[in-house]
This record gives sequence, structure tokens and C-alpha cells, in this order.
Amino acid sequence: MATLHTRSAARVMMTPSVLLLFAWMIVPLAMTIYFSTLNYNLLSPGAHDFIGLLNYEYFVTDPAFLNSLIVTLLLVGGALIITVVGGIALALLLDQPIFGQGIVRMLVLAPFFVMPTVAALIWKHMFMNPVNGLLAHLFKFVGLDPLTWLETVPLFSIVIIVAWQWLPFATLILLTALQSLDEEQKEAAEMDGAGAVSKFIYIILPHLARAITVVILIETIFLLSAFAEILVTTNGGPGTATTNLTYLVYSQIVLSQDVGGASAGGIIAVILANIVAIFVMRAVGKNLEA
Amino acid sequence: MARNVSTRRKVIVSVAAWAVALLIFFPILWTILTSFKTEGEAVASPPQFLFFHWTLENYFEVQSRSNYFLHFANSVIIAFGSTILGLIVAVPAAWAMAFSPTKRTKDVLMWMLSTKMMPPVGAFIPIYLLFQGFGLLNSQFASRVGMVVVLMLINLPIIVWMLYTYFKEIPGEILEAARMDGASLAKEIIYVLTPMAIPGLASTMLLNIILAWNEAFWTLNLSSVDAAPLSTFIASYSSPEGLFYAKLSAASTMAIAPILILGWFSQKQLVRGLTFGAVK
Repeated sequence: MATLHTRSAARVMMTPSVLLLFAWMIVPLAMTIYFSTLNYNLLSPGAHDFIGLLNYEYFVTDPAFLNSLIVTLLLVGGALIITVVGGIALALLLDQPIFGQGIVRMLVLAPFFVMPTVAALIWKHMFMNPVNGLLAHLFKFVGLDPLTWLETVPLFSIVIIVAWQWLPFATLILLTALQSLDEEQKEAAEMDGAGAVSKFIYIILPHLARAITVVILIETIFLLSAFAEILVTTNGGPGTATTNLTYLVYSQIVLSQDVGGASAGGIIAVILANIVAIFVMRAVGKNLEA
Repeated sequence: MARNVSTRRKVIVSVAAWAVALLIFFPILWTILTSFKTEGEAVASPPQFLFFHWTLENYFEVQSRSNYFLHFANSVIIAFGSTILGLIVAVPAAWAMAFSPTKRTKDVLMWMLSTKMMPPVGAFIPIYLLFQGFGLLNSQFASRVGMVVVLMLINLPIIVWMLYTYFKEIPGEILEAARMDGASLAKEIIYVLTPMAIPGLASTMLLNIILAWNEAFWTLNLSSVDAAPLSTFIASYSSPEGLFYAKLSAASTMAIAPILILGWFSQKQLVRGLTFGAVK
């Protein structure tokens, strides 16, 4: 249908977006790769010698690297488990007829709109503070010693904060998917004598597969780069207990001013993110087709 | 409604749902309540829920101490600036892909999506050096412009995708009909396409403003003191001195209220935008 004229017009219309995104993807990445081969520290001026893969060697053999991988994995995994399982449960609950359904949905959705720095600081100061936090009052009320959350169980605390922010997202997506489930299919299953459990396993769960896939994929992309929540609560500590890969690269450049080392870390983060993306896409790829 | 639901069951489910919803919402509610307390009451033991001396003092205090409105203005500039810039770039692209698709359109879209998978630290170091080296961090104007551009770029794939899924739903026959009736291209765009595209444009804009307002990696690292948006300004409460719960709550309430309200209006579009049209 499209004539030659509209085709070339279409190409012109797409050019700015494509060029901008291409430049945004390639230029910084190429520069990062280049920096990663240099002995380049902002604190030591002078020539930046080419040192091959030495920065990578230092970065990978540093125990902080392995530690940051584990922290990243636990953070992403922990938050994913809580939000997906919790999200399914909540979506099933909210899919029922409820008095004031609209308001309930708004309340559940609200944490997603809270900016990460605010969410983290509310939790840090007003809930997890061992003296004045509400959780401390709650613990004392039931006769327990208040917990110093961000020192005793720092990573777990951050998982809670992040999961609180992302639970609404998972719930909303899964609820939207649930609502497109054919009512007649559920009724037919009931007439065939299917109980609640088998109805869930054989009808609801398969129907949700695509939505669950999307939730896992998108949350993984964002959670791999969790940063603000760590910066304002623990600064990666105590020690390196909450230093994920993103935070490790950040501290290499902003705190140690080591451009070469941080660049090597950045490239490793890009490679790992791509591996994860391919792995997740393939593992659940079927669901994204169509 | 296809099925009869007993009132009793509905009551039980409602109670459960309300309980869970209030629990999830509670941190926000508690922050709003605390913002109206005095600093002393904010840390009182046992905690006070409703029976305290309600005051607006914290809101005035936050403004007078730290020039809150400046940071609010920065957030508005960055969120709206990056969104409008993004729309200007993305509308023609999404338009072209929706109305004259080629074999490669799907590939281009997938490629755009894939740029979203690149972690920010992959691009962070050169940008950081650029901001440092050229003194962008010392200039309010340059820092604002830098953040507008960076946030536009990171959200561009989402804008293109979302617009594409909306434009795709506009039936092509309508265009042909208009053309047959002798409408010029300009008239076609003004009278036929624009009215049909406005809901999609509005939703895309709304979602993007929310995302840009809450962004907290680039803004934390690229903002000069006087260009800092709210997400960065609030971070300064990370380790303050003295009593500050009520002031933190007031600052937080003002920072999240506009987006909370916008967000509640855009629930549906949110699903579509954040899942790249995969879930509707």
C-alpha cells in the first residue's frame, strides 16, 4: 500500500529516534570500553597508559566483586519472590467483588508512585529506626527486643523496602491479566467439579503465565540496577553487606575516582545484564511471543 | 454480573482486602500523619496516631530552611522537559511505524526495547566525566539541561513503544476515507488523526512524567545543588542532625502527593506502558 513517497517520509520521521538511541547506546559504551583499558585515576593526573585487561583482572579478583554479585542476586531474587507470590495472592483477592473496590485498588497501588529516595527514607527512619521506629515500638509491645534492622539484617531490610515498592506493580499487572480471564471457563471448571486448588493450578496459573513473565522481566531490569535505596539507607554497608554491582561501580568512580577500574566494572555489569536478559527471555520466551 | 455472590462472602472478602490494602498503604499514611505533628510528637512513645496537636508548621519550616520550591521547580522542569522533548522525537517515529510499517519495523521496536536492558552503570562513567570535566555540575542551567536530555534518552524507548501501540489502534480506513473526500494532508492530520491520537498522547505523557519525576539514579549523580530535583533533595535527609521526622514527613508528602494523584488517574495506561503493550 505504502507508496515510495510515504516510505521515505516514514524513514525521515524515524531517523531522530533511531539516531538518538543508537548514539546513546554506542557512544558511552565505546568510551567506557576504552577507559577500561587505561590506567586512569582522577586523583593521579598525567598520562593514562594503556594497560590491556589489567583493570578487569583487578576488578574480578577483588573479593568485593564476588560479594557484590551475591548481594545483587539475593536482592533481585528476594524481591522477585516476594512480589510475584504476594502479587498473585493480592490479585486473586482483589479480583473478587469488594465493597469500595476502586479505593482498595488505589491504596494498594500507591507505593509504586513513591520515589525511591522517599520510600527508603520513610522505612529507614520511621519504621526501622531501633529507637523511634514503629517496628521497634511493635517489637517492644509484643515483648521482643527492638531490632537494629539496617545493621543486623541490612540486606533483608533493603529487600523489604524494594519489595514494598514493586509489590503494587506486580499486583496491578497480574490483576489486569486476571480480569481478562474468561468467566465462562471458570464456571465450566466449577461445573466439572474442580476445586479451588485445581482451578488455580490448571486454569488461573496458565492464564497468568504471560503476565508473570512480563513482571519478572521488567522487575529484573529495574532491580539489577537498584541504587537509590542503598545509597540513602546503608551506603552499601555495614562493610559491603549491601553493596550490589551498581553500587560497587558507583563507589569506584565517585569515591575512589578510579575511572579505569569503574569502567571495567561497568562493562562487566553490561555483560551480566545481557546474560540475564537472554536467560530470562529464553527461559520464559514462549510467553512473550504473539 | 454472571454469578450470584452471597453478601456474606462479599463482606468477608472485603474486610480481608481492606485490611491488606491499609497495611500496604500504611507507610504513606503514617508519613502524611507525621507531617502534621510537632517534632516532639513525631517521636513520642507510645506513637500517637490521631490525637496530637495538628500543625502545618513543618511545611513552612521545610520551605524556609531549604528553599523547597526551588527543588519542586527543578522536578517540574526535568519531568516535563524530558517528557515533551521525548514526545517531539518519538511521535514521528511511532507514527511512521504504525502507519507505514515495513518488514523491519518489529526489529526496530525490539532493538529499542533492548536498549532499556542496558544497566545505567554501562553509560554512567563517560557521562559523569563529562559533567565533571565541563563543569556542568557547577552550573544550574547546564545541570538541568543535562538531566532533561539524559532522562529523555532513558525513557525514549518506552515513549515510542507506548505511542506505537496507541497509534496502531487507529484504523487506517479512516485516513483513506478522509483522503477520498479530498482532505489535504494537513487537514487529515488536524481534523482526523489528532483527535484520535490525543488519548494515547496524554497517557504516554502522564506515565513518562511519573517515571521522570521518580527517577533516582541519574538525578542523584548528575544534579548540582541548585538544580537538584526532589528525589535528590530528599536524599539529604539520609543522615540529618537533631529531630527531623516531622520535617522529613512534610517534605516527603509534598514530593509524592502530585505523582500519587497523577498515578491514580493513569492506572490502566501504566500497565500498558510498563509492559510495552504486552499486557493490556
